[in-house]
Amino acid sequence: MISGESWMPLRKEFGFYPFIMGTIWVTVLAVLISFPLCLLTSIYISEYAPGPIRRAVIPLIELLAGVPPVVYGVWGVLTVVPLIADHIAPHFVSYSTGYSVLAGGIILAIMIFPLIISILGEVFSAIPQELRDASLSLGASKWQTTKLVVLRKAVPGIFAAIVLALSRALGETIAVLMVCGNIALAPHSVLDSCYPLPALIANNYGEMMSIPLYDSALMLAAFILFLIIIVFNLISRTTLSWMEKRFKL
Amino acid sequence: MRKVEEFIFKILMKAATLVILLCLFSILITIVWKGLPSLNWDMVSRIPEGGFYIGKEGGILNAILGSLYIAGGASFLSLIISIPIVLYINVYLPKKSPIIKLVRSSYDILFGVPSIVYGAFGFTLMIALGLKTSLLAGIITVTFLVIPIMVRTMDEVMQLVPKELNDAVYSLGATRWETSLVILRQVAPGILTAILLSFGRGIGDAACVLFTSGYTDSIPTSLSQPAATLPLAIFFQLGSPMEEVQGRAYAAALILTIIVLLINITSRILNNKLSKHKI
Repeated sequence: MISGESWMPLRKEFGFYPFIMGTIWVTVLAVLISFPLCLLTSIYISEYAPGPIRRAVIPLIELLAGVPPVVYGVWGVLTVVPLIADHIAPHFVSYSTGYSVLAGGIILAIMIFPLIISILGEVFSAIPQELRDASLSLGASKWQTTKLVVLRKAVPGIFAAIVLALSRALGETIAVLMVCGNIALAPHSVLDSCYPLPALIANNYGEMMSIPLYDSALMLAAFILFLIIIVFNLISRTTLSWMEKRFKL
Repeated sequence: MRKVEEFIFKILMKAATLVILLCLFSILITIVWKGLPSLNWDMVSRIPEGGFYIGKEGGILNAILGSLYIAGGASFLSLIISIPIVLYINVYLPKKSPIIKLVRSSYDILFGVPSIVYGAFGFTLMIALGLKTSLLAGIITVTFLVIPIMVRTMDEVMQLVPKELNDAVYSLGATRWETSLVILRQVAPGILTAILLSFGRGIGDAACVLFTSGYTDSIPTSLSQPAATLPLAIFFQLGSPMEEVQGRAYAAALILTIIVLLINITSRILNNKLSKHKI
């Protein structure tokens, strides 16, 4: 079932392969877009930004966390999808509706900004000020200190943030469902449509009682999601608490 | 060389921060720009009438009220469930108890579980209990979704309560229960923040209520009736090919955004005001 490629509930063929690939493409793309931006922003906020800027930027980023997923979806349909269809896709393929892995990835990337930034913020503030002071007093510049001391010490925390962001992005449903096209084929490029697992569950729950075995197939999809997310969460929470403990001593 | 590298990275960092803020503003501006032309008093004061979904008269009062009922009910239920949990791990259990760690990490993990999984769970529970899609089923499912948020937020503020306060109360001969009341009083702003956070999350979530609360054109009058919700109203109307109906989806998105922003700002103001008298 996991590796089967055909999705035909009426013939009792429940191949999850296209959906799993769709999920992986969108999620990985989202983290790839989001992570560099968030890392730079968090370094700026925690190491460089003067007080007033920090106090203005952090609430705004928290505001981003409060925006409901469906509003992200509407925004995606209004701006990201046309942008891709009219300006980005024509350079690479002959025709695209814009409803694609790329659109889903961009929306998801924005949705996970607040999560990554808040975790990285915690990680950077957990690093003892003494380490920075020691480095600065040896004549290192601010950037050298950040690069060689703060970032190096923060590696496990950064890893945990990525894993947590991955798991958050995996489960996001409505916003992705609205922009990624929902065609049950494994995507081959970022401009193809895709059909992630959560979208599959959301789109088909209404009719699942009418076709035999359909409900258990969808429940398995939900279970796979749940399992992956629990494992990811465990990994990153353990890393984070390990890191916190190490710096307290 | 050192200076150049630092200079480049400083610019990159500022650019990244700017990009993230621009995304926020772009979202807000797009929603206001598109939603405002279709937003009128009818939208928020009337329920859909015949032919509403092909562009005729009516509003989305049913969805607004449905969302408020569900988010309100879920916040209330989860508050009742969460307060004993946080009191238990913060006041009753000994500080070194392994249960504390277990509970905290379980809620951390539950917090990461996506709402669609809660939705599927709620749906199964609903069938097992023999419920139909209803306001009650929606409230129960959203309650599951917001309990981790509630517990984590309250737990965080309770951990900040100075240990001396506990000792002072105990030394006056108070029982643990009386101490709990003192602590609850102390963290009141935190509890309020937790309620507002849960409310905001509950009102905006679509995947949870998609299977459980159903959709209807009338305002629910009892817990066993189905209820419309704002996110679903947006979602369904956006799928329509008619421009007027799509315009209403944008207006509904604007209403939802305004509600969420108001909640966010209120919680910030309340938090600042109420924490003035903290020890």
